[in-house]
Formats: sequence, structure tokens, C-alpha cells
Amino acid sequence: MNKFPREKDISGCSIFGLINTDGEKVSGSVITEAISVLHDRANGLGGGFSGYGIYPDYPDDYALHLFFDSVKAKEETEELINKHFLIEYDEKIRTDNSINLPNKPLLWRYFVKNRNILSKDSEREETFKAVMDINNNIEGAYVISSGKNMGVFKGVGYPEDISRFYRLEDYKGYIWTAHGRFPTNTPGWWGGAHPFGLLDWTIVHNGEISSYDTNRRYLEMYGYKCNLVTDTEVITYLFDFLVRKNNLTLSLASKILASPMWVDIDRMEEKKRELLKALRMTYAGALLTGPFSVILGFENGIMGLGDRLKLRPLLVGKSENTVYMSSEECAVRKICPDLDSVYRPKGGEPAIALLDGKYV
Amino acid sequence: MSSVIPEFIVDKNEDRCIKCKVCVRQCSEEVFKYFEDFDLIRIYNDKCVGCHRCEMMCPTDALTITKNNALYKDNFHWSSYTINSIKKQAETGGMTLTGSGNDKAYVSYWDRMLLDASQVTNPPIDPLREPMELRTYLGKKPGRILLKEENGEMSLETKLSPQIKLETPIMFSAMSYGSISLNACESLASAASRLGTFYNTGEGGLHKKLYKYGKNTIGQVASGRFGVDTDYLAACAAIEIKIGQGAKPGIGGHLPGEKVTVEISETRMIPSGTDAISPAPHHDIYSIEDLKQLISLIKEATNYEKPVFVKIAAVHNSAAIASGIVRAGADVIVIDGFRGGTGAAPSVIRDNTGIPIEVALAVIDQRLRDESIRNEVSIVAAGGIRSSADAVKAMALGADAVYIATAALIAMGCTLCQKCYKGKCNWGLTTQDPVLTRRLNPEIGSEKLTNLVNSWNLEIKEILGSMGINAIEALRGNRLRLRGVGLTELESKILGIEHAGM
Repeated sequence: MNKFPREKDISGCSIFGLINTDGEKVSGSVITEAISVLHDRANGLGGGFSGYGIYPDYPDDYALHLFFDSVKAKEETEELINKHFLIEYDEKIRTDNSINLPNKPLLWRYFVKNRNILSKDSEREETFKAVMDINNNIEGAYVISSGKNMGVFKGVGYPEDISRFYRLEDYKGYIWTAHGRFPTNTPGWWGGAHPFGLLDWTIVHNGEISSYDTNRRYLEMYGYKCNLVTDTEVITYLFDFLVRKNNLTLSLASKILASPMWVDIDRMEEKKRELLKALRMTYAGALLTGPFSVILGFENGIMGLGDRLKLRPLLVGKSENTVYMSSEECAVRKICPDLDSVYRPKGGEPAIALLDGKYV
Repeated sequence: MSSVIPEFIVDKNEDRCIKCKVCVRQCSEEVFKYFEDFDLIRIYNDKCVGCHRCEMMCPTDALTITKNNALYKDNFHWSSYTINSIKKQAETGGMTLTGSGNDKAYVSYWDRMLLDASQVTNPPIDPLREPMELRTYLGKKPGRILLKEENGEMSLETKLSPQIKLETPIMFSAMSYGSISLNACESLASAASRLGTFYNTGEGGLHKKLYKYGKNTIGQVASGRFGVDTDYLAACAAIEIKIGQGAKPGIGGHLPGEKVTVEISETRMIPSGTDAISPAPHHDIYSIEDLKQLISLIKEATNYEKPVFVKIAAVHNSAAIASGIVRAGADVIVIDGFRGGTGAAPSVIRDNTGIPIEVALAVIDQRLRDESIRNEVSIVAAGGIRSSADAVKAMALGADAVYIATAALIAMGCTLCQKCYKGKCNWGLTTQDPVLTRRLNPEIGSEKLTNLVNSWNLEIKEILGSMGINAIEALRGNRLRLRGVGLTELESKILGIEHAGM
């Protein structure tokens, strides 16, 4: 339970992500080794991971990871899940309870199918609505991730402890992202840790968004309820809104979230100028200001993006078929000392690495 | 003989006075009269309106205007203002008139809201080092953008509604040629063009001298339809339908015939010397669907190339009215709060009608969001915006931009004596008397207005930087960056902000 529900989350952090662009899977212990280098950028009050490709036994089911504050919340949630879905399988999320973490909620996962056969778009919309329904209407129940063949593992503790707690060495994925958190105002709340997930989107985020309430109120017009009071939640929803609901590419979405300056837009050639002008005017409520670097995970790739003033660090490294993104180079070098290439994207410039080997 | 006791006392220091008679020539209210036979300047306190023109012009600082503190015996319930009003009404049988905005001691919510700033977790941004964007586009935005792909390149399929571009979210609000002098109009027009923003014609039409500022002009169409023809609509960058005004909701306008000079008659397209009466309602708008027709008509007449504004006074049911206006097709909605100014209004209306702009703005912005139509309209807040801080708070509550008018008049010399309706403005602003209008040089007026807005721009950038924001759209509706002080729980709820400490 969040003891400070009215306060917006503010925190400094470390972030890390990797993708094997050939789809070869690596164990969760790889990313744990990387993020543990950044121990000092967290304060033990939040750590988390997301892995993609980790549920080969249920690849076509939505994997819902939930935190429950009470058994009552769990029962109510299951009633609601049953209304929306067929539960193929559910279980308590396996954990190593010899790792001592505070305020542990009840952790559960459900592999579910839609009750009706739907197109991919409407299937995702139905799942989105179910997630909003649970998060808003059931006290003490939080959907932590809701994509297919992926999952978010997070909690209150240093990232390396969280990894051992969830036994991430037992999971294999082609994409992993990780987060070490230094929160200042939602201590002890598991829901406040990153990554933040919705459908297959996950975000790990370093920074604080000064435009938070503008973004939140904008999203609420379109059915998003931001009740986890974190910047990260808002960024996740913005990507979902722009890419899934508005059919924009990731790269255009990043031009909205971290828009070029007007003076730069003015200098572009006409077609591009008119496009970016229209996007910035129309989606003004989605502009993020303040310092941030984020790594967005999705079913077939990862994207790194930094704020337009470049107030937070972000590094992209590549070695053979693996692309790494991190707030700190040392974390990358720890697991891959010899990189083929390294670069630091400019503020507002997205770095996208896709599963089929594409690397933008 | 009037039994009204004078409000001001004009004190002349005889040791300093050199009998230059500047005061006699400067005061249009004829407070000073020179008797040559006695070489004496006689002062008539009862005529003084407290504008301080004489005090500022006196070369030897011989004059001091003071409030008549012994006006009547102190009485909490029966103020001197009330007593004088009763006496004036008893003497004349007419309504008492006033000018400018409501000056009564109602709560100012601007003064009960404080701004947030970044500390530690989020760095403030230094506007001297980093880009800080104030550019604002006003007009209807689509819910979403559709794209098409051509030769592997993405381009726009959605065609945007007409927009106007502001380099600062501050515009000059409606003041007609007639209510103010042509020099004042030209000062506003020229400043708007220098600043990359807009001024508004009020219902005064567009003087031929001002057509060159057309692309920085918002042309008003009000209930009297003065000065509206195809040239006018074509010359202006946007058209504003005026339904109401914050200073006098539900009341029309009246420019007495003696003020309708030849030039004003040409500009307003009415015979000279006749009263220019703007009816209280538009006689073709008796309900919301009629407004829709007028909006469509103007769009049709302007080839769908110009955004149409609709301006209403902030009244009790503003939120529902605003929602209707959006659905009637307006591109921009202007809300004018009860502190907004006027050239002339019955005191009883100005002082007792309408609601605070802060409240109206907050509930309208929220209502349009609740209906998911906030994107379809821009909101301009007007009525008593005194400073860059008020403007920033308005935008944090949800405004896209603000209109200022009283502050603009003050920049041009106004001292808020509130006697605009008399047409004798000593500063050459709210008068058509050629002797007086000469007192305002439009080039100097324009420079002062430009300075004012530029200094507010600097201040807004400084405030944004302190909040860690570097684009004005990230402030818009960002209510979390506001905190209330001394507000009740209900007031906080209506404004949609938390109390300080939360």
C-alpha cells in the first residue's frame, strides 16, 4: 500500500536495457550483473526488471502480474478477471523468501485469454480496459504488467536483491530492462518501483517530469487513469496512447514527447515542418519537460529517449547481435567490455533497436 | 448646489507655485481656473477625479492630490462611496456610471495561489542558457493526426483548422475606437505587431489607418455589428464574436452621439453624431443554436481561413455555456472575469455581477476535459490580469493565453481614476477630444506596451525555468504546480488545486 498516495513520485535512478536482435535469449542474471554495478545510484527503496520472451509455455496469453495488499483484493480481482478473460493458468509468483524485503505484497500471475476472438487491436483495447478497471476500482490490487510472453518483476529493495528474490536467473528473455531507484517520497511502496508496464509496454525511467499534471490531465481525457502517481506511469500511457491508439510510429511519438524546439522546426523543409508543427500543436499535452532518460521495452524492441535539453544521461552500445542502453557506461562495460560501437544520443533523439536486427 | 462632498483634495503649495498655469491647461476636468484680475489660480476640489495628471505635469512639484479622509464619518456599513452614490442618484434620478474594472474588495484568487519551483530532484532551468519557448497557437486542434505515406515518407493527411500564432501568450483585449482614441488603438496595433501577438478592435471597426496591422488584429463582431463588412473580415487575422463582457455581463454598450466624430462614424459605418448602441443581446442570437449559425456564417464569409473566437463574461453557469460554445463550432473561447474593465457601465452591474475569472477558468477547463473536448478549443482568460504571475497562474489553471487591457492602458499612462465614461481622459486614452488625444504619441505608446509585454515575457521565462519547464504548453493545465493558501476545502476543490502543504 502507498502510504503517501497524494504525493507525486519523485526519484533519481539508474536504468539499463538490452536486446538480442536475433531473438536469442539470455538469463536474467546477465542484466542483474549489469544493474548491480549501479548500486550507488539507488537507495534500496526500489528496483525492478522486465523480461520479454520469458513465458514460452504461454506465448499467446496475456500474462498479468499483480500485487495484492489483501486476500480480499485478490478475490475481487479474480472476479473481475473472470468477467473479462478466461484464466488458462495462475500461480503465486515464485520468490526466494530468504531474501528479506519489507512490506511484501501478495504476488500473483495469471495467464489469460480474451473470452471472445477479437482482432489484435480490439483484443489489446479490451485488456487495456480490464487493467484500468482493476487499478481503479479494486482497492489494494495493482496490475504490474499485462503483455504477452513478458513480465515485470519489481519491489522495494536494491535491484540485485529484487532479482534474487524473484529468481530471475531462472528466466530467459531476448529483451531485459532494469531499474535501480532512489525515491524521495514513496518509500516502501512496491507499486512505485519501475519498470512500469501496460500491455507489452514497459518503461524504466530516470528523472522527473515537470509537465506531469499537464500530461496526466491530457491522458485522462482519453480514458487513462493515473492513480499510481508516478511520472513513469504517465510516460508509459503516453506511448500507449500515441503509438497504439493514434497509430504513430515510435520515432514520431518521440518527436512529440521530446519535441524539437520551434526554432528548429521552423528551419525544416516544408513537409516535415508542417508535420512536426501539427504534431506538436495537436499533442501539446503530451510534451514532456524536465529531466528524463527512459528505456521503453515492447514486444519486438527497445527504445531509448532522453529529454530535449539532455538533462539526464543515456548511452547506447552495440556488440555483435546485442544492443545495450544505459544511464551509465560502466554497467554496459561490466557485462560486455568490448563494444563494437558506443554513442550517446542527443536530447530528444530516439535510439531504437528492433528484434529483426534493425538498429536505428 | 451639490451636496456631494469631494473625494479628493488638491493641495497647492503657494511657495512653490510659479503661476505657469500648466495645471489649468492640463486638467480637462476644469479643477483649476485662473483669474487674471487677481493673478489667482482657484481650485475646485469637487471636480477632481484623482487622475494625478496635474501633479505629474507641475514643473515645480507644487501640487499634491490627497484623498479626502474626512469625507464622512467612518462607517463600516455606510461607506463614503455609498453615501455619495445615494446623494448623486437623489440629485439626478439616473444610474451612476463608472469606468474600468470592479474595484471592490472581493477575494482575489490569484493572490491565494502560489507557484511551485524545482529543488534537488529536478533541476531548475536557466532561461539565459537554455531555450525557453513561449510560442502558442490558438485554434481548434484535432483529436488525433492522421498520416499518409508517400514514397516512404510520412506526411500529413489531417488538415488542421485555422490557427493564429502568438510569440507570447499575452494579447491585448478588446477596446474599441470610440471607447479609446485612435492614437491608443494605433499604439496597441503597432505593439501587437512588434511583439508577434494580437490586439482586438472591440466593437469599433477598423480605422483605415490600422488596416496595415491586419495580420495582428482580432476583429470583433458584437451586437451592434459596427464596422463589420467584407473588407473588415478580410483584413483581420481572426474574428471574435462578443457575447458578453466581464465588467458588464448582460449589458450592452452605448457610445453617446457627441463622441461619434466623423472619423468614428466612418469607421463604425454609422451617421456621425448619432448614438452607437450595442444591444444587450445579439438580436440574431436568442439561443446557442443561433450562435452556431453566426459562427458558420463568419467562417463561410472568411473562407474557413480564420479562427472564430467567442467571448463571454464569466457568470455562474459558464462551464455549461462554454461546452455549448465549443459544440457550436468556436475555435477559441474567451472568458472575461468580473474584474475586467469597461469604458462605461452602470456601477451596480460592474460591482455586483459575474464571477472571478480564476474560478470560471478552472471549471471551464475541467468541464471541457470531462467531456473530452478540451482539444477542440483554445481558452483565453481575460479580466483583471495584473502581472506575469497572474498570467502564469491562469495558464497553470488551463488557459492557452491571456488578454490584458487595463494593464495595457496603465502602460500608456492610465491611473485608473475610473472616469473613462466621461470622455475627458487627461491621458488621451479614453477620449476623442483632439486636444487630449494629442497627449498620447502612438510611437511612445507602442514602445511602452512592447516594453511591458517583453518584461512579462522575461518574467514568465524565469518562472518556467524555476519550475523546470521550458515550453509554455507544459505549463498549460499543470495545476499540480499551483498550491492554495488560505483557501477553504471547497474553494481548493473548485479551483482543482491542492492546498499548500499537501
